[in-house]
Amino acid sequence: MRLTCPICGDRDRREFYYQGAASILNRPDPDAGIDTWDDYLHNRDNPAGLTQDLWYHEAGCSSWIVVTRNTVTHEVIKTALAQTVKGQNT
Amino acid sequence: MRFSALEILKQGLTGNKGWTPHWRDPAPKSDYDVIIIGGGGHGLSTAYYLAKNHGITNVAVLEKGYIGSGNVGRNTTIVRANYGLPGNSEFYSHSLKLWEGLEPDLNYNVMHSQRGIINLFHSDGQRDAFVRRGNAMRNQGDDAELLSRDDLRKMVPYLNFDNARFPVRGGLMQRRGGTARHDAVVWGYARGADQRGVDIIQNCEVTGIDIENGVVKGVQTTRGAIRAKKVGIVVAGRSSQVAAMAGMRLPIESHILQAFVTEGIKPAIDHVISFGMGHFYISQSDKGGLVFGGDLDFYASYAQRGNLPMAEHVMEAGMALMPAIGKAKVLRSWGGIMDMTPDGSPIIDKTHIDGLFLDAGWCYGGFKAVPGSGYSFAHLMATGNHHEPAARFRLDRFKTGVGLMDEEGTGSQHNLH
Repeated sequence: MRLTCPICGDRDRREFYYQGAASILNRPDPDAGIDTWDDYLHNRDNPAGLTQDLWYHEAGCSSWIVVTRNTVTHEVIKTALAQTVKGQNT
Repeated sequence: MRFSALEILKQGLTGNKGWTPHWRDPAPKSDYDVIIIGGGGHGLSTAYYLAKNHGITNVAVLEKGYIGSGNVGRNTTIVRANYGLPGNSEFYSHSLKLWEGLEPDLNYNVMHSQRGIINLFHSDGQRDAFVRRGNAMRNQGDDAELLSRDDLRKMVPYLNFDNARFPVRGGLMQRRGGTARHDAVVWGYARGADQRGVDIIQNCEVTGIDIENGVVKGVQTTRGAIRAKKVGIVVAGRSSQVAAMAGMRLPIESHILQAFVTEGIKPAIDHVISFGMGHFYISQSDKGGLVFGGDLDFYASYAQRGNLPMAEHVMEAGMALMPAIGKAKVLRSWGGIMDMTPDGSPIIDKTHIDGLFLDAGWCYGGFKAVPGSGYSFAHLMATGNHHEPAARFRLDRFKTGVGLMDEEGTGSQHNLH
């Protein structure tokens, strides 16, 4: 699997660290309550099909990247810098 | 039909024409006392123990593929009880005891082989951790034995003891650990459940869960609606999809774990050997193939196949530990879908819906848990009470933070196990 870093271009998967579902970009308010925080920290949609997850270009430019890909086929559909995606419907 | 040496002799002398299918192929009835979603090892053992221990035989096991097509046919067959934390320790201890009585219980040869499992250590710190774990295992009533480097040189002389990065200093051995034939385990449970009246329905995918006023009423399937008083979700890597049918979001992320097998070679590796620092473990099947695997690919996946970086890493680790295996040709590699929880430990619990139960989150350690999981889950479904050895596998432990079982000590967070 290769991922396209928006800054560095097409790179080997081994350059990236996988953080998890991109929903972690939507951090709740500190006082949002235990249920909201539990949901944010632990519960996942975990889709079989299209997903968005967060990768860190550890061995490259150190940017955080939101990767849109298919968990069933491993097809990578889109990558974008996390800073441009944050706050949208991830 | 009951299997025995006499039966084998009789069949052998009459052209093996008398063998019958191991289980029936019934059409689903309209109504059951219990439906188990998922005909894997855990689902079938649940059905078996519902019938055997609790007399509940009006049970259907719904399997979307065929028996043995999922993780139970994709694992590396290791059976052990060498956990260190309360919660896991008593559960796997109970499961191993069930393994030890499984063949006569099922009247089925699951080829359970207690050849011993050795976890290698490479430093003083790791040795201390293994001493502690070994003591925990012995306190649980299981066996554990600390092996020195000299002990290992006699037992497993083919290891690369003087590897520059990870010299082998010793190991923690559980002699009661070992392997079993994975297909036989699921076939044996399927046969045992079927003989007690359980309907095993293959090619029957659940597409919805019927809930009225917070009470489960049955399921929708590709073979029609089926009503039931209780429903158990036992679907491993697909837990999130099936739980979503009941409006639940689970603390699970499905990851890929690869495994590999070589061509058959003469007996060489007599134990299960685990090289934790290289994320590598290996055993040799009775057919002669070296069966080995490594760590997760570490990204969410349902592909049932992995990528090359982890394949390369596993091969490198194998070569670092036992260079002699380098000449064996790899025959196959495959992947299974692991239902990973934040703390790396499983869930056997009720849900917020009356009559709906969940058995999930076995991460990459589900095979050895097959007997114990079914036994404890059947107990929970039949009695409504948690079975003592599995009483800590609670779904709400992530929310409360109480009772987390982070065996690796890496933190209770997705992507760390």
